Formats: sequence, C-alpha cells, structure tokens
Amino acid sequence: MPRSYPPGGRPPVPPARPARGGRKRFLRRALRSPLGISSGILLALILLLAVFAPILWSAKASAIDVVNLLQGPSARHWLGTNDLGQDVFYRILVATRLSVGLALAATAIGVGSGLVLGTAPLIVGRRAGRAITSVINVAVAFPALLLALFFAVIFGIGAEGALLAIGLASAPAFARLVRTLSASVSGLDYIAAARIAGVSRLRLLTRHVLPNIGEPLIVNATIAAGDALLSFAGLSFLGLGVQAPSYDWGQLLNDGLQGIYTRPAAAVAPGVAVVLAGLAFNLFGEALAVGLGVSSPRIGRLRSALAASAARANATTDPGTSSRTEAADCVLRVSNLEVSFPGGVHPVRGVSFTLKRGEAVGVVGESGSGKSLTALAVSRLLEDPADVSAGRLELLGRDLLGREPRGSAGVMSGREMRRFLGTKAGLVFQDPMTSFNPVKRVGAQLAEVATEHHGLTRRQAGERAVDRLRAVRIPRPEHRARQFPHELSGGMRQRAMIGMAVMGEPALVIADEPTTALDVTVQRQVLRLLKSIQAGADGSGAMALLFISHDITVVGQVCDRVLVMYAGKIVENLPTADLADHARHPYTRALLAAVPSMETSRELPLAVIPGRPADPADLPAGCAFAARCAFADAKCHQADPGLVPDDAGREVACWHVDRVLAGDPAAAASVAPTADPESANRASVSGEPA
Amino acid sequence: MSELRFDGVTVRYGTGRHAHVAVDDVDLVVPPGQVVGLVGESGSGKSTLARAAVGLVAPAAGRIVLDGKPVPRRGRRPLQMVFQDPYASLDPRMTAGESIAEAIPRGGDVRRASRRDEAARLTGLVGLPAGTVDKFPAELSGGQRQRIALARALAGRPDVIIADEITSALDVSTQGAVLNLVRDLQRELSLSMLFISHNLAVVRYVADHVAVMYQGRIVERGPAERVLLNPEQPYTRRLLAAVPRPGTRIGPVADTGADATDDEDAGLRLRGTVT
Repeated sequence: MPRSYPPGGRPPVPPARPARGGRKRFLRRALRSPLGISSGILLALILLLAVFAPILWSAKASAIDVVNLLQGPSARHWLGTNDLGQDVFYRILVATRLSVGLALAATAIGVGSGLVLGTAPLIVGRRAGRAITSVINVAVAFPALLLALFFAVIFGIGAEGALLAIGLASAPAFARLVRTLSASVSGLDYIAAARIAGVSRLRLLTRHVLPNIGEPLIVNATIAAGDALLSFAGLSFLGLGVQAPSYDWGQLLNDGLQGIYTRPAAAVAPGVAVVLAGLAFNLFGEALAVGLGVSSPRIGRLRSALAASAARANATTDPGTSSRTEAADCVLRVSNLEVSFPGGVHPVRGVSFTLKRGEAVGVVGESGSGKSLTALAVSRLLEDPADVSAGRLELLGRDLLGREPRGSAGVMSGREMRRFLGTKAGLVFQDPMTSFNPVKRVGAQLAEVATEHHGLTRRQAGERAVDRLRAVRIPRPEHRARQFPHELSGGMRQRAMIGMAVMGEPALVIADEPTTALDVTVQRQVLRLLKSIQAGADGSGAMALLFISHDITVVGQVCDRVLVMYAGKIVENLPTADLADHARHPYTRALLAAVPSMETSRELPLAVIPGRPADPADLPAGCAFAARCAFADAKCHQADPGLVPDDAGREVACWHVDRVLAGDPAAAASVAPTADPESANRASVSGEPA
Repeated sequence: MSELRFDGVTVRYGTGRHAHVAVDDVDLVVPPGQVVGLVGESGSGKSTLARAAVGLVAPAAGRIVLDGKPVPRRGRRPLQMVFQDPYASLDPRMTAGESIAEAIPRGGDVRRASRRDEAARLTGLVGLPAGTVDKFPAELSGGQRQRIALARALAGRPDVIIADEITSALDVSTQGAVLNLVRDLQRELSLSMLFISHNLAVVRYVADHVAVMYQGRIVERGPAERVLLNPEQPYTRRLLAAVPRPGTRIGPVADTGADATDDEDAGLRLRGTVT
C-alpha cells in the first residue's frame, strides 16, 4: 500500500548505531564457528599488519640495495628485489596499510553514499523518492568496473581519484540493497504505529528502519570491502590507481609483472597478498552471515515440498495383530506416531487413531498442539531434520514407513510410495495463495497430479482437470483452468485446491485448516463442498476425511468424530454429538467454554484458560495440561495419563474424569479475567491453580 | 470522551482507469465513550477506513472529524490504533517499555525517568507484570504482545482507539483475556472505540453499535443487539447465516450450483494487507 510522505524535509545522516543486545549476540555467535574463528584471526593479522608494518619495516622497505638489483629470492631478500634494489617482501608488508586502508575507505564511501541514497526516499516523500529510486536502478545497470574507470577519468589518476572512483562505483549496488531492505521494513505495522504516535521521519529512519536492516548490511559491507581491495589492485595494476613513489599491492604487481618469467616471486607474492586479504574479508563476511541467519526450522512454520525419500526403519514396532485381519473398510491406521526434531523437541508424542471409509474425523488443537505436524507426518511430507516414527502407519493396509512387510504387498520403493500416496490420498492446505505456484496456470497444476501419478497423457490430464474443476462447482471451468491463481478469488482457489486433491480417486482427504483464511460466507460454501466430495456425490465413492482445525465449532459442524490434541498427544476422542454436553477432558471443556458464540452472555467476562500452551521443547513429566488445570493434583504432575477407552468407544486421557464431571467447569475462577493468564505463576505441586 | 465522525469518506487506490475504490462514500459516527463494531469480509474496506482515520492513507473525498476538528495527518494523532498481527506490530529491536515510551507525547516537562514510570504504569494497566517492560518482543507470546500494543496505544493519550482485528491472530485461549481487558479498559477510561473484526461473535460481545460493510459501503448500521439478532439487509442476513454455530451441522451442498454463483457474484478477493 503506498504511503504518502509530503515532500521536503532534511536529508538524513546515517549515524553509527551502538551495538544492542541482539547485535552483540549475533557477533559472538558468528565468531564461534570454525569459519568465524579462522577468518577472524586472518583478518586481525592483516589489520595488525596494516597498522604496525610501516612503523616497523618502513626503513627496510625503502632501503636501496644497489648491489642486488632485480634479484630473485635469496637468503637476504626473501622474495628478491625490484629495480631499485628494494626488498620486495618488506614492501609487500608495508603496502598492507595503503591497500587495506584504501579498500576500507572506498567501502566506507560506497556504503555511506549507498545508505544516503537508499534511505532518502523514505524521507523526501513519494515523488522525489521515486525519482531517486529510478536513478539508483539505472546506475545499478552499469558494470562497476566501467563506472570506476569513468570516475577515474573524471577525478584524475592517483590514489584519491581511484578512491572516489571505486567508492562511488560500489554505491549503486548498496543503495539498491538498502532501498529494498528499508522498503520491506517500512511496510510493517510497527512503523505505522510509530508514525501514528507522531515519531518524526528522521527518527523513524534511525530508530526503527536502520537497526532492523543492519545485519544484512554489515555482512554485505564486509564482502564489499573484499571486492574493493580487488578493484583497487586492479586499478593500480592498470596504472590508474596509486602512483609512485607510494605503492600498494596493485602497484607492486604492476612492477613485478615485467620480470614474471625470470623472477616470478616478485609478481606472484603481491597477488597472493591480495588474495589472502580479500579472502579474509569475504570469509569474515560469510561468518557474520552464518551468525545472522541459518537456524533450524521452527516448528510452527515447517512446510516442506513433497518428500522424495522413503522413511528410515524404525525401532519400535507395534506388537498388535497383522493388518490383514483388520476391517476391510479401515482407510488409515495410525499407531503411536511420533515426530521429533533435533534438540529434544517433541511436537508429536504418540498419536494413535483410525479412520474408516466415509468417516469424517476432526483434529482440534491450538498452536503447539502438533495437529498440523500429525497431518504432514501421515502424508509423508516431513523431511529431515524431522524424525517421524510410528508403531504403525498404514493407508489402506499398506505400510507408509517403508519397513519390513507385515501384509502381503511388500515394501514400497520411494517412487511407488509417492504414486500410492498421490493417488490414494489428497491434501488440502490452508493458504491457497501459497499452495499454488503463482506462475503456472491452475489447470496445468491440477493436470500435473494426473501426469505424475496416474500416467495420463497431457491432454487426458487436462481434461480430467477441467472435469474436477467442474466437480467443485467452479463456473466456466475451461476458462478458469487457463487462468493463473491470482486471478481467482480466495474461495475459488480453495475449491481448485480441493479439486486438485480429488484428481485421482483418493480414499482419504486430509484438509489442514482449509477454511481458516477464508471469509465466513465463503467458508460455509467450501465446507459444504468438502462434505459433498466426501459423500461421493460425484460418483467417486465415499471418502474418509481428516479435518484439522483450531476452530472447534467448525469441526463440530463437519466431522463425525473429534480428536482433541494438546502438547503433541490426543487428550480426548469423542463423537461430535457429545461435544456440547459430554466432553470429559478439562482442556476440551475449557476450549468449548472459551469460544465466544452469538449466545455468549454479554454481562460476564469471557472464559479464560490460565497459563501458556505447552512448549514442545520443554514438556513436563506428568500431564502436559496439569499446570493449567483446575482439577490437577500431585498425581497429574508426576504421571502422564494415557488414553483410556470406555465401552462406547470414546477415549479420554485424564486421571480425574469423575472429578471433572462432578465439579465446576469454570477453571478460570482464581485468575482475574483481565490479567495476562500467561504471566501467572505455574500451579503449585499441590494442584492449586495460580 | 470524543466523537469521531466520518463524512462522505472515499478512499481510492491507484489512479485513473485502474483505480480501485476501497471505501465508497462512508458516513459513520462513533459516539463519545461508545464502541462501534465494524464488520465485513475481505475487500469490504474496513481496514482501509481505519487507516484513513489514523492518517496513514489520505481520503480522496470526505472528511474525518474528531470533536469537530479534522484529524491531523502529521505528528501525534489523537487517534491510536492496535494492529492485527502481534508479530509485526512491535519493533523487534526495542524493548516493550521503549516501544510504549515512544508513544508517550513529548511535553516540555516530561523527562525520561517519568516516561519510564509511565510505561511501567501502562504495562500494569494491561495486566502484565512489571518485569515485562525490559523484555524484547521475541520473548513474549502473541497475547502478551497485543497487550503491549494496547498499552502503546493508550500511551498516546488518545481520544479514540481503533482496534483492527486485534484477536484474529490469537489462540482461542488467549483471545478471551484480551477481549475482557479491552472491554474493561474501554469502560474505565471512557474511550471511544472503533472495533473492527470479521468475527461476528466477538463483535457482538464487545460493541454497542454495529456497522456492516460490503465492498466499500456501509450496508447496515444500528445497535448491536438489533443488527445481529434482527438484521434487515440481505447481506447482513447472509453473513449471520454463515457464522458457524455450535451444535449445527453442515451437509453436502444441494445440486443447484447456487453456491458457486454466490462466490463469483460476491466478487470477493483475498487481498494481502488490504481488507
């Protein structure tokens, strides 16, 4: 959304930011890796040389040894001498200051002017800002060396001219980077909040934008320093940079090149110095980048592409009966499914359930419950570093974990598994915008399923795609199939996604929050469509539906059975009809009470569940919900209750179901309704709520 | 207590032939000390209206007036806003206390220490323990961040607060606490509030009056109980009918094909940040 800044205002001066807590931590982390340590040492050495070498060896470097002109390496002159009899080795050492100093100064000029140019559009307003951005874009198109030569001609031959030339030549790339980074940050809500609070544009820039784009800039600056060093060497080598009697590495290279076949050391050594110093800067920049960024994937955001490899063999096998004797209409059988990540994170801890043909089962939970990961694990979409294991994971009787066969079918290869899953299971994801490839047409994406998994030709697949789009009630499906995803509305995209899921004749449809991103009227239509597809109104036969959502009301509308998940486990399994009045687990009851409906009393405060959701990296020994439960006692904190079935086939994992059924379900009584429930102290061992 | 009034406000994005009218000639009044709920689906223009009110977008036509005076578009605004996404509304490099303190108006007599105290006071007001002022947003949960965002909005000593989908990104278990807080603070401080949400149950709980927006226009308005129990307009009725109610079931669609036509007809598009 365009922001309008009135024109005018002072140009910004990019200040030096003091390192904050986050910045220091990032530096320390960067320096701890082997890359960081080695490049850090190298860089420190070079900087020390730059500072001290002229002090120590300047005399030696300029001492003229008339006797040994143009000599090769010897005991006295380790790298030989030049045409004035000066020792090449010491000249290289002393030249460090000028080379490195010029490189750093050029980088400073480039970074400084890049910062000014890149942040100017935020200060000066929309029209002037656009003009500046256009100038930057044009300047970026010129190769840096060309720009450097151009400026060198303008500013004249010599170190100062070369400095300005290289500095300004690297400015456009930097300005582009700064502009992109600051534009992405300035679209965020906290910038808007600061503007509403009356913060001036300059302060907005220095206090909010620059610190948040600082890290990538620092990394790029170190790498730019390496580049500047090389460019300087190049310019001096061409004779356009440092002029005699000053000398830097490029100049020494130029000198030594004439005798390269007879005295290679004099030419190679300055080159090696340039390479080493350039490496030091670049590697240090890389180490900083490592410190900046690549951390292990966070649980809530893990979404991977279709898994290619078959699962590893798993240690725990289910001692239960062979799958051949199981009911023929059992579509999905999951037993003791576990998902873990390195670092002791256990988002799914022993989930077991079955799905029969034509059955709709809902999985309800909040963030951190593990419901989405369960769905991804079942569809074999989790890759390294996720570790998926289960006692049993069978779709239509075929084992999905690639282990020794228990049934008749035998182990499936990776390709067979992909094809099996691609034909027998369909997936519907939450956000249709990111689930579709924005640069491919919708019909082509649907057809891809058929060509990949069903062996249809492209034409047949295309026709099937149009047929499926018609089945999901998209009007004019032939026209829509040729459109791109962004041309469809959100609801229509989700319908297309459902169409993609039923391209084959799946026995199971897994829907992960399919309507969360949709408006409520569209949601209703899409849910009805899902039910139709599931019922097989299109003649494809009744399918099983695994419906995952955080919205217990919607799950109650769509599913026959509900599985309530908390902290990676199923805590209750009950028919939907029993949700309203016969839920037994304290968490289920609390969840039902906490959802405001159109009938909720307006006089009373809304029900609150005290405490925070369990952290999958830090789970307590006993029941994970005990800290937030009004009925918990010592036993609950020590021992984790398992799922206990009753005669009606319902299951609940709680030690004190009788207490729950008898007692008062308002678990929030002791927490003030407006206080932050997550800041309250954890319940004590005796079970008193905080 | 102040009255916020929108008079014939129109907001347009883009220019010329491809201009998109996000808000179309809207008249709305937020009476002093009352909560007006603004409901609508994506593309209805409710968030755009909110951004126009705080001066982040300029209306192409019409006026936005607070107690008779036009709302300034520079400097500190007398209206403050709480945003939807708790993960983007706080600067990750500033502590909670600094974020709040930044919004406190700079008078001549207000010194840094007293601003810190004020930030601590506001943190307590939103139900968080005192130590929260020194925490970075990364250490806080979604619900806690929304409380800090609320404290920051209050720090600006606003006359009107605009709450833009503040609980949509929160878990159900934390949503209730934040809504309780909002309601209590609004009553205690007699704030005028424009509460935007697509969740009708939440709006019903919080708001005194409700206005329903559809494609940039207000199609119905009135007291919350009346609009949400006995809607007059067909769009409002359709909206209410679509709200999931506990205990009801959804069955397969009838074979009339009416649903798909509705979808196209409504012309609803999921846009990124504009709602």
